[in-house]
Amino acid sequence: MSDLLQSIVNGLLIGAVFALVAVGLTLIYGVMDVVNFAHGEMVMLGMYTSFFAWSLLGLDPLLSIPLAGVSIALTGALMYVGAVGRVLGRSPLAQVIVTFGLQVFLRGLAQFLWTPNTRTVPRPWAADLRWEIGPVVIGGPQVIMAVGALLATGAVAYFMNRTRLGGAVRAAGEDPAAASLMGIDPRKMYALCWVIAGLATGVAGALLMNSYSASPTAGVSFALMAFVVVAFGGFGSITGAALAGLLVGVAQGLVGLYAPSYTLAAALGLYLVVVLVRPQGLLGTR
Amino acid sequence: MSTTSTPTTPAPAASAPAGDRPSRARRLPPWTTAVLVVAALAAYPLVFLDSAAHNIGILALTFGIAATGWNLLGGYTGQISFGHALYFGAGAYTTALLVRQGWSPWLAIGIALPVAAVLAAAVGWPCFRLRHHYYSIATIAVAEIVFILVTNLPGLGQANGWELPVVEPSLANLQFSLLDKRPYYYVALGFFCLAAVAVWLFLRGRAGNYVRAIRDDQAAAAAVGINVHRYKLAAAALSGAITALAGGFYVMYVLFVDPPSGLGLDLSVSFTLMAVLGGVGRFWGPLLGAWVLVFVQDVTRQEFSGTGRSVDLLLYGALIVLISITEPGGLLAILQRIWAPIARRLRRRSAPEPTGSGEVRA
Repeated sequence: MSDLLQSIVNGLLIGAVFALVAVGLTLIYGVMDVVNFAHGEMVMLGMYTSFFAWSLLGLDPLLSIPLAGVSIALTGALMYVGAVGRVLGRSPLAQVIVTFGLQVFLRGLAQFLWTPNTRTVPRPWAADLRWEIGPVVIGGPQVIMAVGALLATGAVAYFMNRTRLGGAVRAAGEDPAAASLMGIDPRKMYALCWVIAGLATGVAGALLMNSYSASPTAGVSFALMAFVVVAFGGFGSITGAALAGLLVGVAQGLVGLYAPSYTLAAALGLYLVVVLVRPQGLLGTR
Repeated sequence: MSTTSTPTTPAPAASAPAGDRPSRARRLPPWTTAVLVVAALAAYPLVFLDSAAHNIGILALTFGIAATGWNLLGGYTGQISFGHALYFGAGAYTTALLVRQGWSPWLAIGIALPVAAVLAAAVGWPCFRLRHHYYSIATIAVAEIVFILVTNLPGLGQANGWELPVVEPSLANLQFSLLDKRPYYYVALGFFCLAAVAVWLFLRGRAGNYVRAIRDDQAAAAAVGINVHRYKLAAAALSGAITALAGGFYVMYVLFVDPPSGLGLDLSVSFTLMAVLGGVGRFWGPLLGAWVLVFVQDVTRQEFSGTGRSVDLLLYGALIVLISITEPGGLLAILQRIWAPIARRLRRRSAPEPTGSGEVRA
């Protein structure tokens, strides 16, 4: 019973990070109809940024959150301007291949610059915290990651749903032609999506350095989880992705309790079931 | 409603079938190209004599087979699969399973092909209802699930993998002396020719036109009565079988298979890379891509050996992005663009001769 409770809590906490990673993916998908296969690599770069902020400047991962967010936001902007923005309106093949190429490029870059070795921040500030609530033990890093991820996810959702600029981004996604008649430049809005996705993945990367280690392939499993979350929440739905992130986290925690080797397989199975049975996801509209 | 006949306009006489032919023929390379390519491939191990060069050739041909299989589904049918390692693994594991039980490797590979074809059709059956990236992600999901199952479930060697017994070198055993790898090379070349002929026959027929129509506009293809699902399944089955052929040969060459080398996501990624690099939807593109990739990999691995760094992924990634931005036809299209003016000049230089001296000259 206490095991069950513990794994649900663990699942919720990591699920918040899944939600944050997925939010950028679903945003780019919803507005541009492009699947970013390099999403995990953006998380990975965020992790490295946070790692080097610690190893070169002595910054705790908590303090490097803004740095990682801004760096990866710039990276996202570069990815859009340099590559993705240049194949808009081309064949679906070109659009799939370009982000796929970015994935290989960024992973190769990390491997070339920093070798495949894993890098860990040995003793982040949050590691000293620990709470026991009844039978459930909650570690500081988990709580920090979850709280940070929820705040950041909430900020993206607020921006998209409650601000004028967020409304403009959504308008560009729904009908680029009509939006441009209203004085909105769709291409600027697309670029903004990549900046926001970069911010979200950068922040996620810095948060993850509280208990994960950075390596060129560190982002892969988070990207796969984000695909599952995005499908589950409904492709393009930000609120859906936030909720689905928590649910997928809990599901992963529960599967992990009984069959720890199969957590990723179960999540991917969930993806298949969702896209085949309920393609619109939990909160999707189409 | 059906009987209130508006005068039926006579259907426009069966729209010029002759006009179709040349464009279709132009999309498939002429047999002269095939002869040149195969001749060059056959000469390669006689020109480059060291064992390392033979090894590069063997791997390039093997992955060339797999990437050619990928190209049939990804390039010609427009279904971008990121999970083709599944079929490579099906070929490798089926072959390994049977050979470990004492079967002839030729028979084992012969059985692996239909196994992979059925598997590909079984995966395609539900997944082909999905379009574009939904499909692409689903292929990753299926392949990764199988990877995890094979790694963890007992019966297929789990994470340790399987070794194949070393037996007396002979063509029948598909094992040769490691001192001279040329027999492996020529077997791989034979398999590649088999795969190329299969793809060529498929594309040349009606099915080839149908799958291209599906790629170009699925809704339109369905509207003119093409059974979209059936032809996607047919392309997937042949594509899976060809990729399994590569897997079956590969396992006989290295005599070992484990989940990362037989089923890994990296493998799927490299098939896609080769096809995109060489030229998606171009007949010889995947083979060219495989040679370039295997060669670059070999050179850079030597250059950076021991440091753990590698520059090959970086290079491929940059190339893929560049290619998708500037020339979606890949290296082959770039080569053709370079070649075209040269060919034109050659033709211009040789053209005046026959016109000048009349038709008597043969």
